[in-house]
Amino acid sequence: MRHLMSPLDFSVEELDTLLTLAQDIEANPAKYAHACAGKKMATLFYEPSTRTRLSHEAAMLNLGGSIMGFSSADSSSAAKGESVSDTIRTISCYADICAMRHPKEGAPMVACQHSRIPVINAGDGGHQHPTQTLTDLLTIRNLKGRLDHMTIGLCGDLKFGRTVHSLIHALVRYPGIQFILISPEELRLPDYMRQDVLDKLQIPYKEVVRLEDAMPDLDILYMTRVQKERFFNEEDYVRMKDFYILDRKKMKLAPETMYVLHPLPRVNEIAVEVDSDPRAAYFRQVQYGVYVRMALILTLLEIHVD
Amino acid sequence: MEHTLNVGRISEGFVLDHIEAGKSMEIYKYLHLDKLDCCVAIIKNAKSSKMGKKDIIKIECPIDFMDLDILGFIDHNITVNIIQDEEIVEKKLLRLPKKIKNVIRCKNPRCITSIEQGLDHIFILTDEEKQIYRCQYCEEKHRSNK
Repeated sequence: MRHLMSPLDFSVEELDTLLTLAQDIEANPAKYAHACAGKKMATLFYEPSTRTRLSHEAAMLNLGGSIMGFSSADSSSAAKGESVSDTIRTISCYADICAMRHPKEGAPMVACQHSRIPVINAGDGGHQHPTQTLTDLLTIRNLKGRLDHMTIGLCGDLKFGRTVHSLIHALVRYPGIQFILISPEELRLPDYMRQDVLDKLQIPYKEVVRLEDAMPDLDILYMTRVQKERFFNEEDYVRMKDFYILDRKKMKLAPETMYVLHPLPRVNEIAVEVDSDPRAAYFRQVQYGVYVRMALILTLLEIHVD
Repeated sequence: MEHTLNVGRISEGFVLDHIEAGKSMEIYKYLHLDKLDCCVAIIKNAKSSKMGKKDIIKIECPIDFMDLDILGFIDHNITVNIIQDEEIVEKKLLRLPKKIKNVIRCKNPRCITSIEQGLDHIFILTDEEKQIYRCQYCEEKHRSNK
């Protein structure tokens, strides 16, 4: 039995198979409409994350399965003090697969150690959010037709942004990848990512402060939100959040073949006027998130559709 | 006036030599020697030609009784002499253990180990060269002492 804890749980070959399955699901949804009939997914969300929860639930429903679960710790037995290991032992008796979101880092790993059903890490604190990375990879592959030989711009909160760190880990496994890191000094990519990952693997990268300087060279621009909860005081947040706003003027500097991704939700880092640009791919990315989670559920449940 | 203190030989067990002076109680704690029902001698600030002064711990117990791998994590310069029939039969080479269980605790307040009861604190050696251990659950870094 397999679980998904980290985006690196899948080898490059396994990932290729998974993303190809997701593409087939996109092309032939009817073929998969009853693939999970009779199967149940439990969504165990110890903190609210409407987008991620609904994406998993939509994926299971699209496959003809059923869903159950809770959307905050208050409405679960965790409020009574039940441990994660006891909860998952119980849920294993009810469901065939589960997706867990937990504010504590490593909670899904505790769950998978005691689970009799596959566990999907749907986000554990600032640690991992592997299904977002799978979504990003499927989006890039579908839009560009490849995951290698590309210049990826990562913009915004590169210090705390776990989606950025996970994406870097996932992309460095492909040849010809280079990064342009676009952030204010205060939110630069941490040393452990630059030295232990990029430098160690000799991945070319440069750091720039102005978004405009990077735009002409990019194949993909990955925007991130400067999250209020990452800051200790309001003043710092207000000072930094408007540093990197993507608007129509900046988009004019980018190649016609560049695409803009964003894990969403956005606040104001992408102006609404950019939404109508054909290169704005962040809402398509949401759709790809459902396809890749459908492929993931089938893979973990070992269901094959001919 | 020079004071000397002699602690007798042990017939079977371990002599942990070349412990950095003052660290013996820390090792006593890490090895959970307080829980052992056997003879343990702690010698502090013994003279050492190599180190100036050093600590020594003598533990009289069956030699299959203890897992000393953790010493590699605490200080791999410690000399471990294995004693049988009052003779040194082996000098154990210390290495960094691949996995450490319930020796150090994860200090990340966001880690599941901070709230989940009965959970082992497990650290995995992720970079032998830099001696970096990471929490199995949250991957927070812990550096060994040396």
